[in-house]
Amino acid sequence: MSTIAQKKGFGATVWDYLTTVDHKKIAILYLMAGGIFFLAGGLEALFIRIQLAVPNNDFVSAGLYNQILTMHGTTMIFLAAMPLIFAFMNAAVPLQIGARDVAFPFVNALGFWLFFFGGIFLNCSWFLGGAPDAGWTSYASLTLNAKSHGVDFYILGLQISGIGTLIGGINFLVTIVNMRAPGMTYMRMPLFTWSSFVTSALILFAFPALTVGLFLLMFDRMFGGNFFDVSAGGNTIIWEHLFWIFGHPEVYILILPAFGLFSEIFATFSRKRLFGYSSMVFATVLIGFLGFMVWAHHMFTVGMGPIANAIFAVATMAIAVPTGIKIFNWLFTMWGGSIKFTTPMHYAVAFIPSFVAGGVTGIMNAVAAADYQYHDSYFVVAHFHYVIVGGVVLALLAGTHYYWPKMFGTMLSEVLGKITFWLFLIGFHLTFFIQHFLGLMGMPRRVFTYLPNQGWDTGNMVSSIGAFFMGIAVIIMLINVVVTQVKGVKVGNDPWGDGRSLEWSIPSPPPFYNFKQLPLVRGLDPFWIEKMEGKKGMTPAEPLGDIHMPNASFLPVTISFGLFVAAFGILFHVDDKPWALPVMIIGLGITLVSMLIRSVKDDHGFHIHKEDLENEDKGVKA
Amino acid sequence: MQAEEKFTEMTWPASPEKATLEAKNKFLGFWFFLGGETVLFGSLFATYLALKDKVPDSSHPLAKDLFEMPLTFLATMFLLVSSLTSVYAMYHMKNYSFQRMQAWLLITVFLGACFLGLEVYEFRNYVHEGHTFTSSAFGSAFYALVGFHGGHVAFGLLWILSLMLRNAGRGLNLYNAPKFYVASLYWHFIDVVWVFIFTVVYLMGMVG
Repeated sequence: MSTIAQKKGFGATVWDYLTTVDHKKIAILYLMAGGIFFLAGGLEALFIRIQLAVPNNDFVSAGLYNQILTMHGTTMIFLAAMPLIFAFMNAAVPLQIGARDVAFPFVNALGFWLFFFGGIFLNCSWFLGGAPDAGWTSYASLTLNAKSHGVDFYILGLQISGIGTLIGGINFLVTIVNMRAPGMTYMRMPLFTWSSFVTSALILFAFPALTVGLFLLMFDRMFGGNFFDVSAGGNTIIWEHLFWIFGHPEVYILILPAFGLFSEIFATFSRKRLFGYSSMVFATVLIGFLGFMVWAHHMFTVGMGPIANAIFAVATMAIAVPTGIKIFNWLFTMWGGSIKFTTPMHYAVAFIPSFVAGGVTGIMNAVAAADYQYHDSYFVVAHFHYVIVGGVVLALLAGTHYYWPKMFGTMLSEVLGKITFWLFLIGFHLTFFIQHFLGLMGMPRRVFTYLPNQGWDTGNMVSSIGAFFMGIAVIIMLINVVVTQVKGVKVGNDPWGDGRSLEWSIPSPPPFYNFKQLPLVRGLDPFWIEKMEGKKGMTPAEPLGDIHMPNASFLPVTISFGLFVAAFGILFHVDDKPWALPVMIIGLGITLVSMLIRSVKDDHGFHIHKEDLENEDKGVKA
Repeated sequence: MQAEEKFTEMTWPASPEKATLEAKNKFLGFWFFLGGETVLFGSLFATYLALKDKVPDSSHPLAKDLFEMPLTFLATMFLLVSSLTSVYAMYHMKNYSFQRMQAWLLITVFLGACFLGLEVYEFRNYVHEGHTFTSSAFGSAFYALVGFHGGHVAFGLLWILSLMLRNAGRGLNLYNAPKFYVASLYWHFIDVVWVFIFTVVYLMGMVG
């Protein structure tokens, strides 16, 4: 079709992205929105490190520090890491299983816009009386009496973006079960698809607990409920349980796709089949399962008693077994391979020791008796930054370089990429390694300043210097992106030359229907199999025929925008503002009417006709 | 099979709710959604059990002072029977008899509305006895759990009604058959949740 080659105006492009239901464009939306929130969260991190660089610093006040600290954690987890993972899931999973789109393209778009408006709502707090300041865990004993509206922004913003994540998870579960190409059995799915599958299941069963927790907190703060009010019989520990029943699986939701990305990268650049594929799948599922059994290890010091602590401690240590299986499989994948040290491979190789360090401190924290010493100290801060930055963020940076050509059709500069990598890796270890010792020397978490001569001065200065290395690394990556896109050198189907899975068998970026003919999958690493037999592309599993595609829609934006508006009404209704109730009703009205339009208007999609596909072929040849 | 295709009783497939790829996706996706809903209600049940009879002072009514068998039993019967009538509706959907399906759905909606009416009446009584959403942690947890369920019933009624109205003029096809089926799945789920509420909240509440 000629529409692809047409040059579009700026307005038309914006409208295209506002109404798109194409998973590849939604991936780009997730990447951009998540990237912007990542920069915001990174800026907050730099403010934290500036404040803590020297003792008795007054760069920010204590109150503002609490807001920055809370927003750093909340933004990085919910608004940066999650959407960036969804970006790669959207970009790669449908292509990896040989599908033309996800199972619910409309829901996919809706999930993105809910996340986006939720994130914007949360960040509006900066300009409307102060951001949330009770930590990203928002414990009820702190939030119940918080004076500003910050916490209310947290509750409503996360509620909206949480719904988006939940429906996104359901969408990927169904996509992977129902939309696989002929021959793509479960045990032939690439590891990234497998980890996305398990992550989606975790999302499905973990997020409702957060939904309930946020509802209860909303009722308590805004509608006179007494769930956490001890004087009326309430119990603040309920929040901690609900939060961590969600919160612990959440860290596996983040790390499993990271494992998946690295599995792809190790196999691709070792030019060797992933070692122990079936044990990798088994370990992924097992980690997902055990991830639900360990939430109370965040609460060892609450006073649950020795039996509960012991059970949760043992369950936590058990997770080291499947994780260890994975580490050894990655090492054995490289063993005897013909390794190519590209930028993504640099990240993958650096990930192993970094993440293992985070895992070892995790086991230390899991020893309940010892945890009484580590709890609420910088040791814990060091631990979770080693797993999240050393695992998830390294994977996201690796994935950005690895999948950039497939998403945008251009190759990021390898030279700048490697400079980014070295600066980031050095900065990361400089920042967080020393924090283990600061914690063991007694420096508590979440303090806005400290007194000199407690042995913490040098350590904190080193840590702050490291943070700036990471900041510079990210700036160089942004320069890399701009330079690459301005140059605009287009690449072919398989720009790395060693692609193994289906996404590398089609053009970069793929046409909007992905596969002209669904491919026939003949084994694990299907594209590699075909290449080894001397073929250029996949063998089609069907004759050329009409392709059914979903219609674009603006409704996802209006549904999400309505909730965004309503949230302001709910939030300010506490202050008895006269406009609050009408705003709430208008907002909910926008959402409900949009949902009704979606229900009563039939949406059959459209067909790309066989003749158009054939003409396109001739057009390319001519 | 195409979603827009016209059918007769003879050509109507055996499982119209799973006949197209879109229908299969909807069917499976909704089961997953119900899995998430199970966790949602599980969390509310856990909260309720932790806060049951947790009141600020001894003048506040407790579960054993409040709940009465006749009213809840009647409400339970309404909802259980409505689940049965929705099964009848789906039986007729599978046999391509649209009018009978609509009739049974109407009965389902009527029974659901009766249940909801009784629930509102029941809540009104509790409020008179001093058991409100804001009076105690017990009250908050009770109204959150039972109210969430009631909200689901209300949403289900609106959903089934709009499906009936939207398709009244055009009968069954493979585009709307899975929609009816999924709505009936939702209705069963609500019913199952109520069975647990009846047991955990009311029966266990009455024995103390």
